[in-house]
Amino acid sequence: MKSFITLIWINLKLYLREPIATFFTLAFPPLMVVLFGAMYGNDPTPMLGGYGSMDVSMAGYTAMILSTVAFLGVPITISSNRESGVLRRFRTTPLRPVTYIIADILTNLVSTLIGMIGLVLVGWLLYRVRFEGQVIIIFLAVVFSGLSMFSVGYLIAGLAPGARSAQVIGMVIFYPMMFLSGSSIPLEVMPEAVQRISNFIPLTYVVRLLRGLWFGESWGEYKIETVILGVILVVCTALASHFFRWE
Amino acid sequence: MSSVIEVRNLKKAYGSLIAVDDISFDVIEGEIFGMVGPNGAGKTTTIECIEGLCQQDEGSVQLLGMNPVEDRRKIANQIGIQLQESALPQRIRVAEAMNLFASFYERRANVDKLLDTMGLTEKRSSSFKKLSGGQKQRLFIALALINKPRVVFFDELTTGLDPQARRTMWELVRKIREQGCTVFLTTHFMEEAERLCDRVLIIDRGNLVSLDTPEAMIRSLGVENRLVFTLPGDQVAPELGNLPQVSHVEQFGERVVVYGQGARFASSVVYALEDAEVDFVDLRTEQPNLEDVFLSLTGEEMRE
Repeated sequence: MKSFITLIWINLKLYLREPIATFFTLAFPPLMVVLFGAMYGNDPTPMLGGYGSMDVSMAGYTAMILSTVAFLGVPITISSNRESGVLRRFRTTPLRPVTYIIADILTNLVSTLIGMIGLVLVGWLLYRVRFEGQVIIIFLAVVFSGLSMFSVGYLIAGLAPGARSAQVIGMVIFYPMMFLSGSSIPLEVMPEAVQRISNFIPLTYVVRLLRGLWFGESWGEYKIETVILGVILVVCTALASHFFRWE
Repeated sequence: MSSVIEVRNLKKAYGSLIAVDDISFDVIEGEIFGMVGPNGAGKTTTIECIEGLCQQDEGSVQLLGMNPVEDRRKIANQIGIQLQESALPQRIRVAEAMNLFASFYERRANVDKLLDTMGLTEKRSSSFKKLSGGQKQRLFIALALINKPRVVFFDELTTGLDPQARRTMWELVRKIREQGCTVFLTTHFMEEAERLCDRVLIIDRGNLVSLDTPEAMIRSLGVENRLVFTLPGDQVAPELGNLPQVSHVEQFGERVVVYGQGARFASSVVYALEDAEVDFVDLRTEQPNLEDVFLSLTGEEMRE
């Protein structure tokens, strides 16, 4: 247990010292609020169901943070730690591999939540964004969607031959997903073709789930989203643990 | 004296390449045991089979009476490992790395004291990427000792270090042994094995060539000591071949090489030179070393 806590604590410190990671999870989302807020404001519009652009974006940007961690953070960290021999060094100790992975997942969840709190804080300070859901439900949904997306990240880390390729694969998945899922720009303002494509983007389901729960709808109305994310979680976790390599 | 490591008929191949071919030996508690051989001789494969990081194809390995692969976690608690190639996260600080690794073990050494022994106290807040090669290596040793191990493994400990750092490392290894820890190391420096190890195993192309103390190996060669000096000008060397300790003499121009053995070999030659009133310069003795042992046993020079 001591090793578990120490591992998470040091992982978090390492994460905070990584300028690129902290920029994308901590600084970039509030920056989006400032930028897009200046462009669109937060006046209620019928197109967004009577909510403002920033109200809607809280869930979307949270999904974006989550996918940054999943597709850029996880594959790069794991594969570069493998490539340089960090994982190998851990393997020589009595530390259980599963402890290492769980600590890593928890670290990623915590950094996602820290990013989300920063985002919502800025949204509230600048635009008094509306929140009509329950904190605990949103928290659970972020954890659930996070685990689902992270499992894809661990699978990429397992399949990619090296750190460079892991980075490329992560980016190739991340960037289109960010625009086509409605996480950065609400799908309502997108052409219909994009909306149709978005049905094939896993992150879309994260955005839908979080946005619904954010405005107080019940989780029961999001059965499809829950099933899809659950299937991704189960399948990718199984594949990731099969393809995972320590060296 | 009991064995802490027992290797029997160890065999490991990678495809068609036989890395280790039927090797057997014991490591005795409290000794500094060295495995020497050129790069690619099978040293790392052997050490990793003992550590349980690699599964042998044939034969058996016992470490502290346990099976390294099956009892890996139990063994990991009692041994320390410095890998030939490994790393830490670039931005982790020295003290953090020490505390993190300490948290993995049941038994823990005092972190401050260990950093002090390794000369890393001033570097405790430095991040890993800012350390020099020697400092990184000392940190890896410190990490290998963090659980007060009974056996510690050093794989190519001094590769990439300058000669002075290498000597400092040797002192550290001796200190570690004085504290009762058995040391198993691999090296491709013959001098390192000769100066540091109680017993040496010479391995070449996966085969055990010799296993003994460095002194016994050199003695068994039956190679004589050499005394070399220069006679400037047209001086003629006195007759030295008659001396009981001298076997024969070779002269190449001004340079004279005297072969022989025995406790009074050098002094008897010097005395004879003094007696003949010749002026000699650059006098030195050359003793056979492990380098010669390797040459004589394998019929080839050590390949780097």
